Amino acid sequence: MGGMYKEQNFNFSENMDFETVIGLEVHLQLNTATKIFCGCRNVFGVEANTCVCPVCLGLPGSLPVLNRDVLFSGIKVGLALNCSINTFVKFDRKNYYYPDLPKGYQISQYDFPIAKAGFLPVMTGGQEKRIGITRAHLEEDAGKLIHDDAINATLVDYNRTGTPLVEIVSEPDMRSADEAYDYLTTLKLALQYLNVSDCDMEKGSLRCDANVSIRSRGETKLGTKTELKNMNSFSAVKRAIDFEVARQTRLVIAGESIVQQTLLWNEEKGITIPMRSKEQAHDYRYFPEPDLVPFTLTEAEIDKVRCGLPELPYARLHRLIEKLGVSEYDGTIIVQDKTFADFFESALALGVDVKKLCNWMNGPLMKELNDRKCRLGDLKLTPGMLVELINKVEDGTVSNLAGKEILAEVVATGRKIEDIIKEKGLTQVSDEALIGKIVDEIILKNPQVVEQVRSGKANAAGFLVGQAMKQMQGKANPKIINEFIQRRITNV
Amino acid sequence: MITKETVNYIASLSRLHIDEAENAGFVRNLEDILQYVAKLNKLDVAGVLPTSHVLKMENVFRDDKVSPSLTQQEALSFAIESHAGHYKVPKVIE
Ligand SMILES: [Zn+2]
Repeated sequence: MGGMYKEQNFNFSENMDFETVIGLEVHLQLNTATKIFCGCRNVFGVEANTCVCPVCLGLPGSLPVLNRDVLFSGIKVGLALNCSINTFVKFDRKNYYYPDLPKGYQISQYDFPIAKAGFLPVMTGGQEKRIGITRAHLEEDAGKLIHDDAINATLVDYNRTGTPLVEIVSEPDMRSADEAYDYLTTLKLALQYLNVSDCDMEKGSLRCDANVSIRSRGETKLGTKTELKNMNSFSAVKRAIDFEVARQTRLVIAGESIVQQTLLWNEEKGITIPMRSKEQAHDYRYFPEPDLVPFTLTEAEIDKVRCGLPELPYARLHRLIEKLGVSEYDGTIIVQDKTFADFFESALALGVDVKKLCNWMNGPLMKELNDRKCRLGDLKLTPGMLVELINKVEDGTVSNLAGKEILAEVVATGRKIEDIIKEKGLTQVSDEALIGKIVDEIILKNPQVVEQVRSGKANAAGFLVGQAMKQMQGKANPKIINEFIQRRITNV
Repeated sequence: MITKETVNYIASLSRLHIDEAENAGFVRNLEDILQYVAKLNKLDVAGVLPTSHVLKMENVFRDDKVSPSLTQQEALSFAIESHAGHYKVPKVIE
């Protein structure tokens, strides 16, 4: 132990006989208005120690009371992950001393978690794989520590203390960093659909630790695992796992043994470093929480939650494909964001061609969102406006190109489409006299190209259409221009 | 069996300093408790449901409604030391 591990160049032929085994623990902060056991606001990014009270500071004589919405969010998460929900729920004390934990213990769940034994279907490597969910339990978050070298002290902000968490523990079912990544993105999407958390890794509302081990292929026992912490994006999880697998493989090949330990991912250096905390004694002495009485749930209550669950991304994708005629490719993109998918369905219901709508949403609209680094909910664009625009392009009122320009303008300003068309003079010119005049000029200027069109070279006509379009500043209907060119050339 | 080492281990997990005399007292004390529990273990409890709480109550909830928190000044008033709106403690990572 001790010191840093340098990344080694790996010969993958040596790696062939090993299998990677990964299990993930995800901590999800719930988006309830208040904390799990007290009425302090559950908010991020406010002034230090301003959302604290005797309960979440663990002052003597204070007593926790469970937030009902936290329990029901936990049930939602459990059901969405196909878990069975325990009808008997209790909380337990996990004892350890650390300044981020004012009570000297964390209230968590030990032997009766809210949910257990589920699975999540994950599309990975082109096929569906079920990743087992061992359990999901409720607990309270700890405070935030800032290690300040300047004053050689640790500073503590207890605002986060008592933030409701669901910890989701997977089975060690993943066999590569890519599978772990796919599991995480699928899990996050399902959780976003449930609307129980904002799932923002940067804000720490979704955090992930990885348990990684390797073993000889064909071996059924698990190897010694290490626990990876401190990854602040899914791609960091992937890189940390890849690094750790390489490190373990190198050790095993060299005949050394793996030490069970916690490693911290260093993003800048791209390496894992053993955790140097003085707190490595994992003897938590769990016992039932005496300050909270147990909870019993009826099957009827659980069924009510089940019926109230939103359609989850996996089910939605299948419905888009089977019922609405969306292609698998388009559907996969659309369901990646619930707001986007809701927008899509609202637009479709207003009457527009499904493929055209997919093309506009996954093409120009997605580009606008990416360029502006924003989400659909931030825009003034409504499904009705997008449908109006698509239909104006379809009936030839404006050209495809002008359509994109209008979209950008609507996205930026939220102004009416009619007004933008009028103001910018984007109405497509279908004036046959004008088009005829311009086409004649183009034909006269390009005799060689005309010859090529005559001899059956199809894309030569395209060049002439392009020239005419240019002359008309993109406002002409290219279909009409093409008809004119074909007619003129064959008649000459 | 409770030994001097067991007591020292439990004390260290709880961040307690105890001297030799106190240690001997805790050895006897904890040993007595274990013997009492061993006695209870001899009882026939077949058909008795396990208990996780002494009160005959369940489902005590609170609604997800915000109630006032302390001010920062109030919150830090019982800190031994504070700095820039934070509780200040000895550095926990070397
Ligand atoms: Zn509080």
